[in-house]
Amino acid sequence: MTTLLEVSGASVSFDGFRAINNLSFQIGKAEMRAIIGPNGAGKTTFMDIVTGKTKPDEGRVLWGDKSQSLLALNEAQIAQAGVGRKFQNPTVFEDQSVAENLLLALKKPRSILSVLFFRPSGPDRARVAELAEHIGLKDEMDRKSGELSHGQKQWLEIGMLLAQEPQLLLVDEPAAGMTPEEREHTTRILVEAAKTRAVVVVEHDMEFVRRLDCKVTVLHEGAVLAEGSLDHVTANQDVIDVYLGR
Amino acid sequence: MDRSFFARNPSVLIFISLLALFTLMVTVLAEGFGVGVISTSFVKTLGKTLCLCLVAIAMDLIWGYCGILSLGHFAFFGLGGYMIGMWLMYERTRDIVVTSLSEAPLPPTEQEIVDAIGTQIFGVVGSNEFPLVWAFADSLVIQLALVVLVPGVLALVFGWLAFRSRVTGVYLSILTQAMTLALALYLFQNDSGLRGNNGLSGLQNLPGLEDVPQATISLWFLWASALALGLGYLLGAWVMSGKFGSVIKGIRDDEARVRFLGYYVERYKLAVFTLTACIAGIAGALYYPQAGIINPAELAPIASIYLAVWVAIGGRGRLYGAVVGAAVVSLLSSWFTGGLAPDLPLGFYTIKWVDWWQIVLGLSFVLVTLFAPKGIGGLVDLWMEQRAPDRHGADLGPDMGSLREKEALE
Repeated sequence: MTTLLEVSGASVSFDGFRAINNLSFQIGKAEMRAIIGPNGAGKTTFMDIVTGKTKPDEGRVLWGDKSQSLLALNEAQIAQAGVGRKFQNPTVFEDQSVAENLLLALKKPRSILSVLFFRPSGPDRARVAELAEHIGLKDEMDRKSGELSHGQKQWLEIGMLLAQEPQLLLVDEPAAGMTPEEREHTTRILVEAAKTRAVVVVEHDMEFVRRLDCKVTVLHEGAVLAEGSLDHVTANQDVIDVYLGR
Repeated sequence: MDRSFFARNPSVLIFISLLALFTLMVTVLAEGFGVGVISTSFVKTLGKTLCLCLVAIAMDLIWGYCGILSLGHFAFFGLGGYMIGMWLMYERTRDIVVTSLSEAPLPPTEQEIVDAIGTQIFGVVGSNEFPLVWAFADSLVIQLALVVLVPGVLALVFGWLAFRSRVTGVYLSILTQAMTLALALYLFQNDSGLRGNNGLSGLQNLPGLEDVPQATISLWFLWASALALGLGYLLGAWVMSGKFGSVIKGIRDDEARVRFLGYYVERYKLAVFTLTACIAGIAGALYYPQAGIINPAELAPIASIYLAVWVAIGGRGRLYGAVVGAAVVSLLSSWFTGGLAPDLPLGFYTIKWVDWWQIVLGLSFVLVTLFAPKGIGGLVDLWMEQRAPDRHGADLGPDMGSLREKEALE
């Protein structure tokens, strides 16, 4: 399996606090990975580094077949290169309809002029309808996304991610605040997505991680503590110490 | 999504029809046309109000849609006025100078004419040399281009510097205000080349058209202002109706999210900032010939703050809200401050509106912000909600006995 993203020796400190400490991580082209870890383990900072929001003090972030460095790119360029990110709290454009939200995310030229003269074609609309169906929001297409329930907003955001057609999806706590049925639907969407692209899920909830049935990376104090199957890492003495307290 | 632009934006057709009707009515009732119910000075006031509505649209695009509270758009408005004012003043002075020199025994040389114009224009600031900025003042075409270019380039450079360092929110507002203040203070200086605090005057006289009465000229400007406002409304609605508007509203609501979708947020902001500065420049170029005079006090930061107040009271994020806010507040303002409003005797104290109007305005701004954030435009929403709810034909309640959609009125 070829590597899509490789982070090596990355370190970040904020005012002397080392949020990420010599972290190394890699993921293949069609792989699901769960990242778990206690609060302050550096999960969100890790995502910030990959998406260009935070620049690491040292280390490398290499991307794709050509091993391009992501450190020289800004957020928009990284997103265009194929990294999609879902935030912890659902962030959709509440003042706009579900269809508009999806259309905004659809993989299309992002320059000002092409956006200004953009009119959705038949295939674009079909793609939006297909995505809405996939995330279970087919009947809500014309509703303002601010009116959706919390779970629906989470799905809409995942739908927007899929519309971007990224090669790597970074998903921060997708199941937070969801009912058991909604969680199951979310799991299905993510597992389906991971068949064709890399998906990184940051999650607290062990039950949800177990359902994803994938390789798990445990972060602690900004570094990788353990890696392997869920059963493997939960049997690890260090992980038990970190999670259950010393 | 399949419907035409006008079906998706019903306000555009309504607005343009009302504007056309208004212009027609004023024209028929004005002195210039013969009926004379409306005085020429009031026609000018109405024409100026239309220009203020246009700059309010620009403000709404940048603030209501893009979320950038610019306190500099009235400076762009003033710059547009200065640019056209330079040509008007130069050509008009030239006419006067040529007439007076023609009585001399020897015909004047071109250089003598230019020198005489310089003495006429810059005598008040103790100079007779043309500053560099007047290099193109004799060319209407170039000055008209500068009406758009000067505010546009200033906005482009300022915006590029501000947006690329990711200054947002209140800090950006303060920066734009500082720019406005610096510009006004610079223009106040006598050696700024634009006659310091005297400003430019006599702008109501169109060179070469001395025989045309002001009553007619005022109508021409009313038509031009109405046309510009209509086109500005159309442009604003078109720009904001499609995907571009979607991106801009996204930037207003969650800038970081738009960035992670792969859009260059800074470029979009810069585009809207520059476009609205150009619109403001055009509005100013139509306003000041009707006002007759422009001086640096017009560009003071308070003017840009008023602009924000109009848009807030009218209703942000909808173009007709900005227009209504600018029209209502500026007309009321000139009514109250013009001494036309009767004093209100309270027995122990008499309220003189000239003094109290600002307090009323400030208070209504606070009240609108607190209790009616949608402004006057929110009334339209209230009225729309009075009509039948749209449930696509589904019944409204838990079973078949409930009201059907066509029976119900919310």
